[in-house]
Amino acid sequence: MVKFNDQQLAEFNRLVARYPEGKQKSALLPVLHLAQDSFGGWLSEETMNYVAELLQILPVEVYEVATFYSMYNTKPVGKYMFEVCQTGPCMLMGSDSIIRYIQDKLGIKPGETTSDGLFTLKTVECLGACGYAPMMQLGKHYREHLTKEKVDAIVEECRKNAAVNN
Amino acid sequence: MGRKLLLEKAHVPGIRTYEVYRREGGYRSVEKALKTMTPEAIVDEVKKSGLRGRGGAGFPAGMKWSFIAKPEGVPRHLVCNADESEPGTFKDRYLMEFLPHLLLEGLIVSSFALGSNDTYIYIRGEYAWIVDILEEAIAEAHQNGWLGKNILDSGFDCNIHVQRGAGAYICGEETALIESLEGKRGNPRLKPPFPAIKGLWERPTVVNNVETLASIGPIINIGGDEYAKIGVGRSTGTKLISACGNINKPGVYEIDMTISVEEFIYSDEYCGGIANGKRLKACIPGGSSVPILPANLLLKTAKGETRYMNYESLSDGGFATGSMMGSGGFIVLDEDQCVVKNTLTLARFYRHESCGQCSPCREGTGWMEKILQNIEYGKGKISDIDLLWEIQSKIEGNTICPLGDAAAWPVAAAIRHFRDEFEWHVLHPEEAQQRNFGLAHYADPIHVPVTA
Repeated sequence: MVKFNDQQLAEFNRLVARYPEGKQKSALLPVLHLAQDSFGGWLSEETMNYVAELLQILPVEVYEVATFYSMYNTKPVGKYMFEVCQTGPCMLMGSDSIIRYIQDKLGIKPGETTSDGLFTLKTVECLGACGYAPMMQLGKHYREHLTKEKVDAIVEECRKNAAVNN
Repeated sequence: MGRKLLLEKAHVPGIRTYEVYRREGGYRSVEKALKTMTPEAIVDEVKKSGLRGRGGAGFPAGMKWSFIAKPEGVPRHLVCNADESEPGTFKDRYLMEFLPHLLLEGLIVSSFALGSNDTYIYIRGEYAWIVDILEEAIAEAHQNGWLGKNILDSGFDCNIHVQRGAGAYICGEETALIESLEGKRGNPRLKPPFPAIKGLWERPTVVNNVETLASIGPIINIGGDEYAKIGVGRSTGTKLISACGNINKPGVYEIDMTISVEEFIYSDEYCGGIANGKRLKACIPGGSSVPILPANLLLKTAKGETRYMNYESLSDGGFATGSMMGSGGFIVLDEDQCVVKNTLTLARFYRHESCGQCSPCREGTGWMEKILQNIEYGKGKISDIDLLWEIQSKIEGNTICPLGDAAAWPVAAAIRHFRDEFEWHVLHPEEAQQRNFGLAHYADPIHVPVTA
């Protein structure tokens, strides 16, 4: 069963306290981020129902939001998600070849996850790093000025981290 | 070197921290505003400054503020639009990442002017690490008495909250942003009522861009009249330009709107010229939504006059031969770039970001992407070019919010100025897979008719 631990609940309460009384639904987006981070990187139906219950709103109010915004994953994803920008300014700087390189290196297409569950490749639209292109988002941070060598190093770094954490 | 009001201190070591920011003269405008000015006087200074909204629309900020309704007993809110998502634009990110206290300073003064006790920064969800930077700065401001109850004994209470979005370009549109801040899908609202009357939780609300609000501190410090002396005409003050694409020095630059486009691209102080010694082919000067211009029309207007980096000059000639200042996202294409491919990525972007509420935009953006894909990958017909034109013209002006226009304009401008390149793709599908159309005639001097 999904349930926030004490620390996560404290964060939940901090988020809700930002809004006037009765307007707790306003906390939905930040709470969904918290839930996604807390429960395996994606939002299952169970997780969404739990969020609805906590915020005292209907489950459908959560589903419609979770499916609207691109950062919420409604299906399981790999431990490390490479979100590579492909919009105009990144394209001008060679994002196509970076995406192709990652595809070949990991043997997955955009939207797919490696069989070991480590990596997901996702193509995304402009993330506001146009001057530092090509780029990808990895977790909370941006990786910019990407080259094939940098991609190699990032993959290596993720594999090492995964090995340490296991 | 032009005058710097926003980025002057950007390179002072430690400027992100309160201590250094304050030592460098930070928060003076809050002292001046809260101790010596009335809210009305602040609105007047902002009106005098001529400051125009820096998010893209360029609407006078002081005028926007003066529209806010003040019904008795109803709280009002200021919301800072940090949902920066227009391709080519990354200036607000720079401001928040390196000068978070400059934004807070502007937010406190603006909140006082508008009577907002709870002010929200709505930031795009992907800027996750900047949320931490802002929250740390807010905590520092609280500790030092610039936020909280009875700030500087003025009787004014103010809290600033950071709200993370979750990946939706449409939430940069102010009514979609408000919906999102209420925990809903980012579907823009019908206007009227405008947010100034009924915004967040049906309360009077002002939504302003990060750069607009960061400019308020400097305006209060030097005075509206002094601010208005910088720049030219109705392009007052300084503007941040985020430059990207095929240039030697991509980055965020503060300009005073009197320099020419040519100087901006080629001078070492700014973009440092086209990368790898190549030639300039085209440029989208104000973020992906504004019309793309070929090199010849970018550097000079159709009348043969020098084009400058300001609102009026960039739009000289209207959409027929001009473009727009927009958000200041300056995207440069060199001679090896393909305008069809670039337009395709932008069409895909708008299809992805359409909220789906209005059919012309929901359906039209998808059709445009498919047709452009066919042309780019050698399956296009000549009639497709006219069909594209037809579709974009039927999206423009027929949607609740400006996303429809924003999706239509780049396609229209690409066909208007680069039709030869589209036709070449259709007529030489195999060759177009091997090479690009190149610079062609797009940098040739334009014939200027001489009128007697």
